Amino acid sequence: MNLHEYQSKELFSEYGIPTPKGKVAFSCAEAAQIAKSISGDKWVVKAQVHSGGRGKAGGVVVAPSIAEVEKATNHLIGSTLVTIQSGPQGLPVESVLIEETLEQATELYLSALVDRTSERVLFIASEAGGMDIEEIAIHSPDKILSCKVDPILGLQPFQIRDIGFGLGLHSSQISSLTKIMSGMYLLLIDKDLTQIEINPLVVNKRGELIALDGKINVDDNALFAHPEIQAKRDVGQEDSAETAAREYDLSYVTLDGNIGCMVNGAGLAMATLDVIKLYGGKPANFLDVGGGTTAEKVAQAFKLILSDHKVTALLVNIFGGIVRCDLIAEGIISAVKEVGISIPVVVRLEGTNSAEGLSLIQASGLAIISASDLDDAARKAVEAAK
Amino acid sequence: MSILINKSTKLICQGFTGKQATFHSKQCIDYGTKLVGGVTPGRGGETHLDRPVFDTVKKAVQETSATASMIYVPPPFAADAIIEAADAGIQIIVCITEGIPVLQMLRAKAALRYHDAMLIGPNCPGVITPGECKIGIMPGFIHMQGSVGIVSRSGTLTYEAVHQTTKVGLGQSTCVGIGGDPIKGMDFVDVLKMFEADTQTKGIIMVGEIGGDAEEAAADFIRSSISKPVVGYIAGLTAPPGKRMGHAGAIVTGGKGTGSGKVSSLQQAGVEVVSSPSDMGSAIFKLLNPLDK
Repeated sequence: MNLHEYQSKELFSEYGIPTPKGKVAFSCAEAAQIAKSISGDKWVVKAQVHSGGRGKAGGVVVAPSIAEVEKATNHLIGSTLVTIQSGPQGLPVESVLIEETLEQATELYLSALVDRTSERVLFIASEAGGMDIEEIAIHSPDKILSCKVDPILGLQPFQIRDIGFGLGLHSSQISSLTKIMSGMYLLLIDKDLTQIEINPLVVNKRGELIALDGKINVDDNALFAHPEIQAKRDVGQEDSAETAAREYDLSYVTLDGNIGCMVNGAGLAMATLDVIKLYGGKPANFLDVGGGTTAEKVAQAFKLILSDHKVTALLVNIFGGIVRCDLIAEGIISAVKEVGISIPVVVRLEGTNSAEGLSLIQASGLAIISASDLDDAARKAVEAAK
Repeated sequence: MSILINKSTKLICQGFTGKQATFHSKQCIDYGTKLVGGVTPGRGGETHLDRPVFDTVKKAVQETSATASMIYVPPPFAADAIIEAADAGIQIIVCITEGIPVLQMLRAKAALRYHDAMLIGPNCPGVITPGECKIGIMPGFIHMQGSVGIVSRSGTLTYEAVHQTTKVGLGQSTCVGIGGDPIKGMDFVDVLKMFEADTQTKGIIMVGEIGGDAEEAAADFIRSSISKPVVGYIAGLTAPPGKRMGHAGAIVTGGKGTGSGKVSSLQQAGVEVVSSPSDMGSAIFKLLNPLDK
């Protein structure tokens, strides 16, 4: 789960990480009021969406008067922001963050994340903040600093000094960096985050370090322990079909093709997409119905796939291990009858009770195409989708 | 021979009296696994599936001399269960539980440094030596004792590999589902090393996924240290970058861990990489029977 910038910055403040003065606004009136409460003669109005690249997309506006703050807010709230990371459909803007402007000298990059390779928390820092860190990592790897934190030892002072002096900070700034990095580490551990990114971490003219932006990813598996974080979920920023899928405990991702897929197991589901492409087709979604599938869950999965009107054929690929294929077949039959599917459905059932499952489907009298293996199923689905 | 487990392996189940654990423990017993007891805190002294229940793993190990454990404990408590098993001297810890918070796994892995236990999983189907011992949730009946060692990050794709190697008549020596989580126990290299040393294993199928760099590490290891034929398959080659695909592991980050990068590393190491998972069985059959057309 992702957090908005304003939510991330609220957490930063709780953990002693300095941020610019500011507050979130959901209306023009609120925006004007917040701007008035912050001293200065210029304000920044930042669209709150779960995406990077907002500045280039027109989502960050510098407003030199209260009237301009209101104008920018009015323009942004209710609009859809399309950034390089949001996908072509863009993301809805429902709130803006109003902040003071900073006299900044340099822009640094700082992040902390769970690193699978080293099995530790990894801090990444760079003197070249504000720009695309991935490009820098590829073309100037010497500008990327990092340190790995042992989960039993925790973040060590020498590691902070390594990063700080590596970034070219003055020795008097190390204590500020210590506050920021320790805060990030504690926040990550306390709230079960998988990533915190501060880009840029600004050094202002007085030499103070301030988090100008903030992106936080939360470990979905740990949300049970953090109801206060769960409450920050903004479903408006998420794909509606994916949100619906979560309610039924299905793993679903919308893709842009026309062959709907229903598979058990994430690996097999990915393999199914690959094989569809191998035969020249385009999958409409990734859908893992999971291990303990019931007939009802299968029916829900069918409805979900068909809510995407691009879908012109459906492919069901089940390897019944613990799941019995006859149960899956029952679910398919009742879903087809209930929803009234008019597009071709290709079904491949393998494993536990697969023969019973296939004979149920044949006996149902429904126009379902059966397939012998994954390749056969993909070939038939690609043909049927034309 | 086989690797990790065999007919004399004594197994306990942690979270024994839960619904899933009960179902799968029964399946394991029916398969012939020596399941000697289980652990559910607060239920010590009871009998479940005709086996004793203990309050702690330590007690279970003392009473049964078990050397392996199968964990079905719910996600919030599973990392603790892993460390408890290692602390009690369990050698083979198989954690089936899906959805353990990643930071808890990070700490559990660090704690395992102080023990010589081997962890398989979490979020995995388990490990099976066909005809001898089944620890996990895989359907026993698709397996056949034989010569192919299978190691996989994905559950149902493991079943595909098993089904196909059974169909072509090769069967399996041991199948290890290492699981799809980003922080996990044994990785490809650990299992490959064991297959290389195992006389029953004549060929290896390895099933990888996009994300992480375990397949690249496996490729390096295969080039330097594996003499047996290896067939590989990588799932998720066409997954759009950055989209989450159900397994936390399947995230493509920063150019690393791409499917095509993994495929070419494996090919350069001499692995026969198939482009469709339907071809895993026939590919290993061809490698093991070069004269047989």
